[in-house]
Amino acid sequence: MKENAFLTKLRGWRLGATITMLVVVVIWALPTVGLLVTAFRSRDDSISSGWWTAILDPLHQNWSLESFKTVFDPQYWDIGTSFFNTIAVAVPATILPITFAAFAAYGFTFLEFKGKEVWFSLIIGLMVVPMQAAIVAVLQMFVALDQWLLTIPGNEYGDFHLSGEYPAGWVVHSAFAMPLAVYILRNYMMTLPTALIEAARIDGASHFQIFWRLIIPMSVPALASFAIFQFLWVWNDYFVAFMFVGNHNVLTYTILSMLGQHGEGWQVVMAGCLISVIIPLTVFFSLQRYFVRGLTAGSVK
Amino acid sequence: MDAILTAIAAVVLGPLATFALYYVGNFIVSHLPSNKVRKALGPYVFIAPVLALVGLFLVYPTIQTMIFAFMNEDSTEFVGFRNFNKLFADANFLQTIFNNVLWIAVVPIVTVVLGLLIATLTDKLGPIRERVFKSIVFMPMAISFVAASSVWRLSYSWNSNGPQIGILNAVVQAFGGTPVAWLQNESFSINSLLIMVVVVWANAGFAMTLLSAAIKAVPEETVEAAAIDGATGWQSFFQIVLPQIWGTAVSVFITVLISTMKIFDVIWGMTGGNFHTNVLGVDFFRQYFVYNNTGKAAAVVLLLMIAIIPIMIYQVRTYRKQEEIR
Repeated sequence: MKENAFLTKLRGWRLGATITMLVVVVIWALPTVGLLVTAFRSRDDSISSGWWTAILDPLHQNWSLESFKTVFDPQYWDIGTSFFNTIAVAVPATILPITFAAFAAYGFTFLEFKGKEVWFSLIIGLMVVPMQAAIVAVLQMFVALDQWLLTIPGNEYGDFHLSGEYPAGWVVHSAFAMPLAVYILRNYMMTLPTALIEAARIDGASHFQIFWRLIIPMSVPALASFAIFQFLWVWNDYFVAFMFVGNHNVLTYTILSMLGQHGEGWQVVMAGCLISVIIPLTVFFSLQRYFVRGLTAGSVK
Repeated sequence: MDAILTAIAAVVLGPLATFALYYVGNFIVSHLPSNKVRKALGPYVFIAPVLALVGLFLVYPTIQTMIFAFMNEDSTEFVGFRNFNKLFADANFLQTIFNNVLWIAVVPIVTVVLGLLIATLTDKLGPIRERVFKSIVFMPMAISFVAASSVWRLSYSWNSNGPQIGILNAVVQAFGGTPVAWLQNESFSINSLLIMVVVVWANAGFAMTLLSAAIKAVPEETVEAAAIDGATGWQSFFQIVLPQIWGTAVSVFITVLISTMKIFDVIWGMTGGNFHTNVLGVDFFRQYFVYNNTGKAAAVVLLLMIAIIPIMIYQVRTYRKQEEIR
């Protein structure tokens, strides 16, 4: 009898929860649905009526791919180039910090040395330092470096420089990601069985061998979740790309320019946004489990 | 295509080069004559490159910026507190500080409460419903703030004559109200609040995910015991579940708090900091790139840093405490 009352209560609670969540989810999805629908509307339609009218009456619409023609036009927005530029920033900026961070995380987890706690506290503290604090001086460092490069024979016109180029973006992204990367990877390595490592030590393996043969293979889940996290972060970044990779327009930059001129209709901006979210959404939905694991491992960014 | 070739080269050569760096470091240290020196330097083979990178690109530049805050616009001479005096004499800057305080007061708490609500509501549903609902709430996390600004600007858009194509104004109209130019509307900081909605929309999924994991880790027995003792749903939530997930809630709060303090992209994309929606992160950008005033830009950042330092201390302390338990 008591059990029954409990079940009825639970069922009622579930119904209420489902209804509430449906409302929440509809509100949450609205902007994204608007993006998707608007991108495929004609200019006239998108100026004269809300995108929801297209959903309510999909058969009497001038659906159009005109907006995509505009955004891909090499004479105009040339978003194809922005797309590849974004890949060129994001992929190395994801791969490079991982190697560095993995070595450091090993050092902080399995090696004993003086000052370890102090160094690691520094890393933790740096996780919360806003990027803005470092930007000005880092920009000046690159300018100074380029000045120095001019003195190299054959580079009098500065053909070889770093400011505004991809390597600057990779280095800056790697450095800014480093504290979080080390923190996540160390937290994971702490959970690995130390007995295994001690056994390997007794067998005469060097730390370098243990790191490469044992720890890296076992840390793949953590490496993957950091990689996804970092890739999404860099792909979606505007700040660093604008300041350090200024010679190559990335997607966020191009979309912001479109937004400045949305007089030509929202369908163009939305088409640009759609192109920009395809990769992150694919990564996100196919690797969601790893991503969530990375979040729970401790993120402060 | 050049872009892709450069990227491929970096992806192949970069890790090889870093690996070589460590390998050479390890080789040199392991061939040092004295055993004592070898023991002392060994660990630094692993951590020194990271310390160097972080020192060069984070620690040194941050200190440098703090010094710039007391120098003139092109960092050629010291001017004492002039930058700060000028900033605080400007009514617009006081508005900027007020906006930052408003952001800090609203966004983290709303995000955590909403995330907790969604996590609790989805927890007892069937696995399919739970997954679908969570995925939809989580999805905005994968979208850039620039794209999010675009989508929400459309949602908030206003037409002086003709039909409303922004959904907010369409709703207002459907209820018989007069459409409003929302993002230009400064009264009661309504435009700032509407931009905050975007950030909550983007971050609630993060809060939900972490809190949901915490709720699932609450031992079933504790909740059942409370039910047997006759606790209502509310009582068991506030007295049994909440205390057990409190640590997670705090860490989510702190994470969102930090990202809120340095918020930039959304406001830059939505209003550019105009119509009294400016915050420190945007003001730094404007001072440096629009007005070319390094001194003032650095002063703005220094204020931001001062606000963040207590959180930094808190983080390090929490870490220390965790280490003691381990």
